[in-house]
Amino acid sequence: MIEGSPITVANETLAIIETRKLVYTYSGAKKAALKGVSVTIESGEIVILTGPSGCGKTTLCRCFNGLIPHFYGGKIEGEVVVAGHKVVDQTIYELARHVGLVFQNPENQLFALSVEKDVAFGLENLAVPRDEMIKRVDWALQMTGIEDLSERPPHELSGGQQQRVAIACVLAMQPDVMILDEPTSFLDPVGAQKIFEVINELNKELGITIILVEHRLDLASKYADHVVVMDEGKVVLDGEPRGVFNSEKARLIGVGVPKATRLYQILRENGTHLSGVPVTSEEASKLLLEVLKRD
Amino acid sequence: MIEVRDLHFTYPTGVEALRGINLTVRDGEFLAIMGQNGAGKTTLVKHFNGLLKPTAGEVVIDGVSTRDASVAQIARNVGFVFQNPDHQLFCETVEEEVAFALRNFGFKETAIKNRVDWALNLLDIKRYRETSPFMLSGGERKRVALASVLAWDPKVVILDEPTIGQDHRQKEKLRQFIVQLNAQKKTVIVVTHDVEFVAESNPQVMLMSGGEIVAEGDAREILTDQKLVAQASIVSPEITQILSGLPDLGIQKNVIDVHEATSILLDLLEVAS
Ligand SMILES: Nc1ncnc2c1ncn2[C@@H]1O[C@H](COP(=O)(O)OP(=O)(O)O)[C@@H](O)[C@H]1O
Ligand SMILES: Nc1ncnc2c1ncn2[C@@H]1O[C@H](COP(=O)(O)OP(=O)(O)O)[C@@H](O)[C@H]1O
Ligand SMILES: [Mg+2]
Ligand SMILES: [Mg+2]
Repeated sequence: MIEGSPITVANETLAIIETRKLVYTYSGAKKAALKGVSVTIESGEIVILTGPSGCGKTTLCRCFNGLIPHFYGGKIEGEVVVAGHKVVDQTIYELARHVGLVFQNPENQLFALSVEKDVAFGLENLAVPRDEMIKRVDWALQMTGIEDLSERPPHELSGGQQQRVAIACVLAMQPDVMILDEPTSFLDPVGAQKIFEVINELNKELGITIILVEHRLDLASKYADHVVVMDEGKVVLDGEPRGVFNSEKARLIGVGVPKATRLYQILRENGTHLSGVPVTSEEASKLLLEVLKRD
Repeated sequence: MIEVRDLHFTYPTGVEALRGINLTVRDGEFLAIMGQNGAGKTTLVKHFNGLLKPTAGEVVIDGVSTRDASVAQIARNVGFVFQNPDHQLFCETVEEEVAFALRNFGFKETAIKNRVDWALNLLDIKRYRETSPFMLSGGERKRVALASVLAWDPKVVILDEPTIGQDHRQKEKLRQFIVQLNAQKKTVIVVTHDVEFVAESNPQVMLMSGGEIVAEGDAREILTDQKLVAQASIVSPEITQILSGLPDLGIQKNVIDVHEATSILLDLLEVAS
């Protein structure tokens, strides 16, 4: 388990986002929302960012795409480096090419008269040539499986469809990193699974780095390469999912450890050892079968 | 008691959101309404406090049809916590927000103070007493909305998607709190698609799909029925999935609780060895 892991400053690192001792206080706030966050996101991984509400997840995401400090102001110390550039030296528009943020509530992000126009909006802002724009919009709609909705007004769509539109808007910008802040909280489990599958495909097929802010670890865990747990403005756990979920600390902080992992722990407390730590129900069934066959 | 008789509701846009709902919620019942997005859950519960009035059919609360009562009259007995807290919050500080309805209901100032303290404590938002609700994160705002309803202690509490945006610990606190409310004989109706939350709380479950009720029963019965669960766009609890991933070992598989599952597995291992 890597807790408070040291930052590698080597040039040959695959880090796409790196923060060093990041401290941030919103303007007018008494307390810092981030209190020394040092975290490295590697290119191509799917990272789950979780932790108690109010611990600073959304704030950290705002640092990744430059909304902090460029839009929110406040006081920032330490460093945020995205794709090799310091965020403070970049404009929000420059950063948008690297990092796209899908808001928690898609309604707040969609406002155009049609899905197509909404998806084109960001590209217009970047002054992308028209031919290229049409190509990219079609591509983004196709990747998210909503080509048939292109003429529809976004506000008439279901929550799951709106969420896909919001993802398409960000995808059209072809960012290196896509951040999704609790993207499925309004969706029923089947709708949520579909979104996770879209995200997973974008990661596997296009190599887009994914940062997923989630509490619903039961559904999301199986896609993760890396889990970061925050608490009170700090990173408290940082590592691969099995280690993080199985740690005592995760349970103490109140991370919603997957039931598969809980089952493993309770069996262990009762003297039955499975040969690995399961994160998903499929893994748990398989590991259980091993011990059941052994006896 | 809430009695729903052949309730139909069509929005002005022409969407037929409810298509003949018949349901009785008894005093002291703990009911979870589950189902896919757009199934009509919110539309249904908005009829329970008179926010929406039936297009056809009837909703009767303690013998009075909601057609014959104002939202304010109904609200004293039926508290409603909205899915999106932003539809509910408008005061400048958290404290004022929680006190607002109490003032409207004519509580005395000392009672208001006590109840506000109690509610802020309960939902762990005392430190935001003087803060604007709009400065808070989504999960925190949701708790402010919850506190403001619980403060006036209504007989029936309806929570529309209370777990959205809540972290695991708050969810667990909320769950214990709901169970406790129910133990104090309050009627609690929770609209949710959070399967694990329901599995741990063990309420009566009603599944909706396309404006109709598809099933009603206890949580174990409903959530372990693969066909019903799929029909309502939810999934079985993880524990159910783990057990159903095992071959037929002659063990009970309609299990939703992790402790029950482990004791079944441990028994099985003991018998085998
Ligand atoms: N716009 C804002 N202005 C001032 N304080 C804020 C703002 N947004 C969030 N905060 C505060 O910063 C802290 C971290 O919030 P946030 O990053 O939203 O947490 P999370 O996303 O983990 O729930 C909280 O104490 C919250 O009240
Ligand atoms: N204010 C409204 N105007 C028109 N249609 C609505 C409105 N609110 C909900 N609907 C529609 O009614 C149906 C049921 O919605 P809702 O009760 O919100 O479902 P649920 O809460 O189960 O997700 C959906 O088709 C939805 O699009
Ligand atoms: Mg947040
Ligand atoms: Mg709803």
